[in-house]
Amino acid sequence: MPDRGRGCDAEPLFVFPVARGPSAAAPGTDVVAPTSLGDAGTVSTETRGQAELRALLRGLPGVDRVGAEARAARLAARSVKAAAKARAVDLAISMVDLTTLEGADTPGRVRALCAKALRPDPGQPDVPSVAAVCVYPDLVGAAADALAGGGVGVASVATAFPAGRAPLAAKLADVGAALAAGATEIDMVIDRGAFLAGDYLKVHEEIRAVRAACGAAHLKVILETGELGTYDDVRRAAWLAMDAGADFVKTSTGKVAPAATPPVVLVLLEAVRDYRAATGRAVGVKAAGGIRTTKDALRYLVLAAETAGRDWLTPDRFRFGASALLNDLLMQRRTLATGVYSGPDRVAQD
Amino acid sequence: MADEMTERIPVRKTYKLFIGGAFPRSESGRSYPVADADGAFLANAARASRKDVRDAVVAARKAFPGWSGRTAYNRGQILYRIAEMLEGRREQFAAELRATGLDGAAARAEVDAAVDRWVWYAGWADKLAAVFGDPAPVAGPFHTVSVPEPTGVVGIVAPDGPLLGLVSMLAPVVVSGNTAVVVASEPAPLPAAAFAEVLATSDLPGGVVNLLTGYRAELAPRLASHEDVNALDLTGVPDADAKPLAEAAAGNLKRLFSRPADDWSREPGTARIRAFLEIKTVWHTVGA
Amino acid sequence: MDVFEYAPAPESRDAVRLRASYGLFVGGEFTGGGGAPFTTVEPATGEPLAEVATADAADVDRAVAAARAAQTAVWGPMPGRERAKYLFRIARILQERSRELAVLETIDNGKPIRESRDVDVPLAAAHFFYHAGWADKLGHAGFGPDPRPLGVAAQVIPWNFPLLMLAWKVAPALACGNTVVLKPAETTPLTALLFADVCRQADLPPGVVNIVTGGPGTGRALVAHDGVDKVAFTGSTEVGREIARTVAGTRKRLTLELGGKGANLVFADAALDEAVEGVVDGAFFNQGHVCCAGSRLLVQESIADEFVERVKARMATLRVGDPLDKNTDVGAVNSAAQLARVTDLAAAGEREGAERWSPPCALPEHGFWFAPTLFTGVAGAHRIAREEVFGPVLSVLTFRTPAEAVAKANDTSYGLSAGIWSEKGSRTLWVAERLRAGVVWANTFNRFDPAAPFGGYKESGHGREGGRHGLAAYLDV
Repeated sequence: MPDRGRGCDAEPLFVFPVARGPSAAAPGTDVVAPTSLGDAGTVSTETRGQAELRALLRGLPGVDRVGAEARAARLAARSVKAAAKARAVDLAISMVDLTTLEGADTPGRVRALCAKALRPDPGQPDVPSVAAVCVYPDLVGAAADALAGGGVGVASVATAFPAGRAPLAAKLADVGAALAAGATEIDMVIDRGAFLAGDYLKVHEEIRAVRAACGAAHLKVILETGELGTYDDVRRAAWLAMDAGADFVKTSTGKVAPAATPPVVLVLLEAVRDYRAATGRAVGVKAAGGIRTTKDALRYLVLAAETAGRDWLTPDRFRFGASALLNDLLMQRRTLATGVYSGPDRVAQD
Repeated sequence: MADEMTERIPVRKTYKLFIGGAFPRSESGRSYPVADADGAFLANAARASRKDVRDAVVAARKAFPGWSGRTAYNRGQILYRIAEMLEGRREQFAAELRATGLDGAAARAEVDAAVDRWVWYAGWADKLAAVFGDPAPVAGPFHTVSVPEPTGVVGIVAPDGPLLGLVSMLAPVVVSGNTAVVVASEPAPLPAAAFAEVLATSDLPGGVVNLLTGYRAELAPRLASHEDVNALDLTGVPDADAKPLAEAAAGNLKRLFSRPADDWSREPGTARIRAFLEIKTVWHTVGA
Repeated sequence: MDVFEYAPAPESRDAVRLRASYGLFVGGEFTGGGGAPFTTVEPATGEPLAEVATADAADVDRAVAAARAAQTAVWGPMPGRERAKYLFRIARILQERSRELAVLETIDNGKPIRESRDVDVPLAAAHFFYHAGWADKLGHAGFGPDPRPLGVAAQVIPWNFPLLMLAWKVAPALACGNTVVLKPAETTPLTALLFADVCRQADLPPGVVNIVTGGPGTGRALVAHDGVDKVAFTGSTEVGREIARTVAGTRKRLTLELGGKGANLVFADAALDEAVEGVVDGAFFNQGHVCCAGSRLLVQESIADEFVERVKARMATLRVGDPLDKNTDVGAVNSAAQLARVTDLAAAGEREGAERWSPPCALPEHGFWFAPTLFTGVAGAHRIAREEVFGPVLSVLTFRTPAEAVAKANDTSYGLSAGIWSEKGSRTLWVAERLRAGVVWANTFNRFDPAAPFGGYKESGHGREGGRHGLAAYLDV
């Protein structure tokens, strides 16, 4: 068999680190680009003026919709097979923010979810834990108790999720309550109304205020891209959030359609790549809402690796906000291990 | 054995309406008997009500953005698929047409012509913009182009020629991206109702074509006056009945098309395509 | 470090059953050829694939006679609506056999399976669909009520898009009522011969499509044959000139689709990520074996450094290698001869003072390979700025104003394609109006559609293929 070559990526282009929960990401382990959430870098701390923000955001290059969607579609055609797929599935599991955000949520439901987060598939002890469990603020206590010491983060949506239509004081109280109950990560929503009205300063100030309130907790900023309407504004909102101190930019609440889509995530990945080039600070991306299958998840990993770079292939830099996705990943994992298509009876339906 | 003595009892088909890609009975629960050319009972056809007209228009409107938003190439492929599916059921439709009184050869010829008609219109999908649109050489620094676009929801009152006439009216409406509500032939509705089964298995999105059987005098005025219908083809309406329908259509200034039901076997021109097109002219400045 | 990359994802070769030898397709039959057979080689490995017959003058004679007989007796008199049905059949069979065609194209040509699967084969089928629809509507095409066919068309096609170029030639010719004798390129005859089998499955009347394989001698005999009414050629400008001389003074109609030196004009206000994507695709799609390739990047000086860095970063993610791997972006150069030409021109670029760059690249040891290459500091006088490289080589030049961009883009003897990247519509249209090129893409590149005419200004050829305008090449109008 003649040598068919591997091509230009003498340095392997697309690599996944061994998947581990965030707790395992100690210095010196095999994570490609070890970082902690919100890794050090310059965050703008000085107050910016409205005119300055407008100049910054409107000076960003536009996004051509046709081209961006074509690029995302082309990357979706990448084929991830065999051993690469097995590692990608584990990596994806370790990136899941296992989420329940329903009016009917109860402490019992949250405890069940936390058990699953710690040990997603009791039949397969080598399955990594998920990255975090994401709940409403009033259930953070239940989640924190259930997850204590397990290395899985406690994330809470706050700031009057999902619409964000509340006074800043109420939003900060929301954040404060979640933190007091033990949240280690805050998923805030931006004021889309203010953003669309051109009041970038209000959005910026709110994020900065929440950032300050978060202290050591990690801040994910939900842009609700489905309400922004254009990729140009997705890019602007991402830069606004990063400039105001976001540790992650996150697509969606999951309450608005469309939620995460490959082109939207592509635009966010381009934004974090360019933002790091400009400032030295790496910001994570969280794709949330509508991601239900392993195939979807792998496509996002391909997007991350080929757009932002493979050092984004870590739970510290890429997350999935999802619930049903986890079971599909677990079924795929069983399928890869056994060669038999698995079914929903094999995984817990929590 | 008793089998040798017993004739097999055929399973009869229920003929229903076709709305939004589904086959409901009339919401009214009504039907009417359809007889063959000799007056013998053939089947009960659904007798649509004004509420069925309303539902059909809602379905057609809902389907319009998707259908008109598809690429012309894709619409052409689907129209060609309709031809393929109809070709595969030539025997069935020849039998349906014989029941309406055509002799065997005429029935077969009509089915063949109906298949070829879909093929003909399928080829128009990705050509009509090039033939009916054009750049406008305006005097000034502008790039100006006029493009044909579908007008919207089109009501079709089909003629009594049960298949070829229907196909010849329907294909030019949907080829450009319009959606349609069809009132089938009143005395011979069964081939139309059966044709809906072809449409339902041809990758045509639900709601693009909605087909009602019933009393023309009851349904056509509802369609003609409906304010969410953009155009009306009255070719199947006898001259005497056309004027009040045209007057009703004036309420929201529907585009009207009515040509004498000529010889459907002739190659159609482009008038029926053009009748249901709008022309949009886009101006853009030119300057570095 | 425990890491991994995409596992190999090769498309199976089982979709294709290669024969040891292939004959000509004349009058509906596969026959031998009078010339010495030649070998077609797999570019990715350099290994022989099959032996193929060479048509000599007598074979060309037979093929033209078969085409003439079919045109006069069957295809010409046939009503358009029936001709249409044959073309629709061919389109459907191309769709049904798409996997087989894609794999065979990739093996014989060296292009990535992703391209043959997603571009070449679906577009070839689309060309037959589109032209099938014209067959019975020629009276609506704007050339009068009843335009007549020319007769027998001699068609010579290149190796860069073997099946697609066949479709561009055969579909309109047949739709208009002509019959054809087609000569595929010497290095890529296999999909054309598979197409002959498609014609047989479609029950296309014998003699309507005839395929003669061989080298330049076969092509010359075909083009010069007294029995053809029309010559259509796609290939190099050099050969196009020779063909123009050959048909000079005859009654033959001629259309030529020749070389190019396309430019991508990137303005400072462009959507940069998409512009990078388009520039990289424009230069490296199909290994740069594209007559309309964007082989020159003209970038506004104010963003040139940043933009070139972005282009380099994107080039570094191109995956070069096994064309059958579904993740491969850049495949093999088609032949040893073409590799030598690309290598020579790249060397000339360096000698003339341009700065050469390629991403780190482990190329396969066997077969014909050339790493994606970027030249900066290119001047308008350099050979790599003026000559068609027809390989994965991109030359970067800069401009300061829109007027200068237009002047530099037009500063070539070619005139096939150009790309404009700007978020400002009025400037895009202003520039487009001034470009001497047959195809201008704005914020995209390398788009092809049967409904859109394609062809060049100046020495990129004359005549158009595709769309309503393309019909004129095969009608007596």
